[in-house]
Amino acid sequence: MHDAVRLTTPLSREDVEKLRIGDRVLLSGIIYTARDAAHKRLVELLEAGESLPFDLEGQVIYYVGPSPAKPGRPIGAAGPTTSYRMDAYAPELIRQGLRGMIGKGARNDAVKAAMKEHKAVYFAAIGGAGALMAQSILSAEVIAYPELGPEAVRRLKVKDLPVIVANDCHGGDLYEEGVRKYARTA
Amino acid sequence: MREIHVDAIIAAVRDLCIRANTELGEDVLDAFRKALEREESPAGKDILKRLIQNAEIARTEGVPMCQDTGFAVIFVDMGQDVRIVGGGLREAVEEGVRQGYRDGYLRKSICHPFTRQNTGDNTPAILHLDIRPGDHFRITAAPKGGGSENMSRVTMLTPAVGVQGVKDFVVQRVKESGPNPCPPTIVGVGIGGTFETAALLAKKALLRPLGSLNPDPELAALEADWLEAVNSLGIGPQGLGGRITSLAVHIEMMPCHIASLPVAVNIQCHAARHKETEL
Ligand code: SF4
Repeated sequence: MHDAVRLTTPLSREDVEKLRIGDRVLLSGIIYTARDAAHKRLVELLEAGESLPFDLEGQVIYYVGPSPAKPGRPIGAAGPTTSYRMDAYAPELIRQGLRGMIGKGARNDAVKAAMKEHKAVYFAAIGGAGALMAQSILSAEVIAYPELGPEAVRRLKVKDLPVIVANDCHGGDLYEEGVRKYARTA
Repeated sequence: MREIHVDAIIAAVRDLCIRANTELGEDVLDAFRKALEREESPAGKDILKRLIQNAEIARTEGVPMCQDTGFAVIFVDMGQDVRIVGGGLREAVEEGVRQGYRDGYLRKSICHPFTRQNTGDNTPAILHLDIRPGDHFRITAAPKGGGSENMSRVTMLTPAVGVQGVKDFVVQRVKESGPNPCPPTIVGVGIGGTFETAALLAKKALLRPLGSLNPDPELAALEADWLEAVNSLGIGPQGLGGRITSLAVHIEMMPCHIASLPVAVNIQCHAARHKETEL
C-alpha cells in the first residue's frame, strides 16, 4: 500500500483532482465542523442571500458533534457522524465553493454529481475512532451557533487528521467499488 | 433482607457509565486483533489497526472512545431479598447517569423527539429490571450509540419462512445497513417471545462476551453460519470493502405464539461498550 498523501487546507481544485478513492490522506490546516442543525442554518442563510459565518471557498467541513473537552484539552472525542443526513444541504455548499467533506457512510447521487461537477472530495474518517481523531486536533473554537451545543460550528486547527478518500471528483465511490471487490456470492 | 443504599447505586452507575465509555472490553480488543489477521483489504487493515490504537488512547487518557457516548441503557438484575433504602431505584439510576455523563465529560445526546430540545443531562436512562430469588444486585451499563441503533429492526415473520427466512432477514439487515453502523459490527438477534421481547432479547445478546460459544449447540451452529453469510457481503471495516463486516452474530431465543415468528436485529457498532458490577 502506498504512503499517505499530506494535504493542507484550503484545498485547491488541483489538490482534489489528484485524489483517487482509497487514497489515505493526512489533512492539516483549518477545517470547520457542522452537523444537520448547522447545515440547515447555513443553507437558510444562503437562500436569504446573506453571508456565512465562514468563507466556503476551498474549505473542508467535518461532520462531527464532539464530546465535551476535559479541562486543558481543546476538544473531547471527535469522530465523524453519518453523512447522509447532510445530503440535502451539501450540493448547495459545494456550489458555493466547499471543496471537501469528512464524515462516514455513503452519499446520495445529488452530492456525488455536485462533487464531480464542481471538483470536491468526500473523505471517510473512521467512525467511532473519536479518541484517536481528537489527537490530531490542536485547537477548537466555536464560531457560530453556540446554542447548538455539540452541533455548534467550530473552527478546528488539525495536524495530520487521518482520512480515506471515499468519493473522488471523477465519480469514484469506494463504498460501491470496495464492497463489490470483496463480496462473495453465496 | 439485605439492604442496599441508593447512594451505592448512584456511585456504581456513575462509574459504570464512565468506564463503559472509556475502557473497551478485552474481548472486543481480542476480536479486533483476530480480525486484523483475517482482513485482506488494505483500507480495512488500516482501520482495524486504528481502532486498536483508539481504544488504547481512550483507556490511557480517560476519554470516550467515541464521541457518541450513547443512550444509557442500564440492566439491573436483583434478588428479591434485597431492600433498597434511602430513595427510589429508578431515581438512583437516573442520578448515576446524570453524574457519570457530567463528571466523565460524556456527550449528552438525548432530546425531545419533535422539538429536538436536548434534555441536557443524558437522562432519562433506559432501565431493564430482572428480579429473581436471592440477594444479589448486579448492574450493567451498556451505552448505545445512535448510528448503529438506527440500523436495528424488529419484524414479525410468517412462521412458514423458518430458519432460512430468519437468516435472510438478518443478512439483509446487515447488507442494507452498509457503512452506517460503523462496521465491524456485532449482530444481536432476538428470536421469539412477543414484539417487544424479541427486541430485548436482541439487545441482551449483545452483552454476551465476544468469542464465547452459545450454550445451545444448535444456536451456536446458526451463529457461525450467519456470521459467514454476513462476512461474505464484502462490506468490511467502515463499509469501505473487506472481509470483516461483523465480529460476531449472537442469538437469543425463546418460545413464541403459534401464530408468530418475531425477529429482532440489534446492530452494535465496534464501540461495543458494556461494563458491569456487583453490589
Ligand atoms: S455507530 Fe457506534 S462507533 Fe459509530 S459513531 Fe455511533 S456510537 Fe460511535
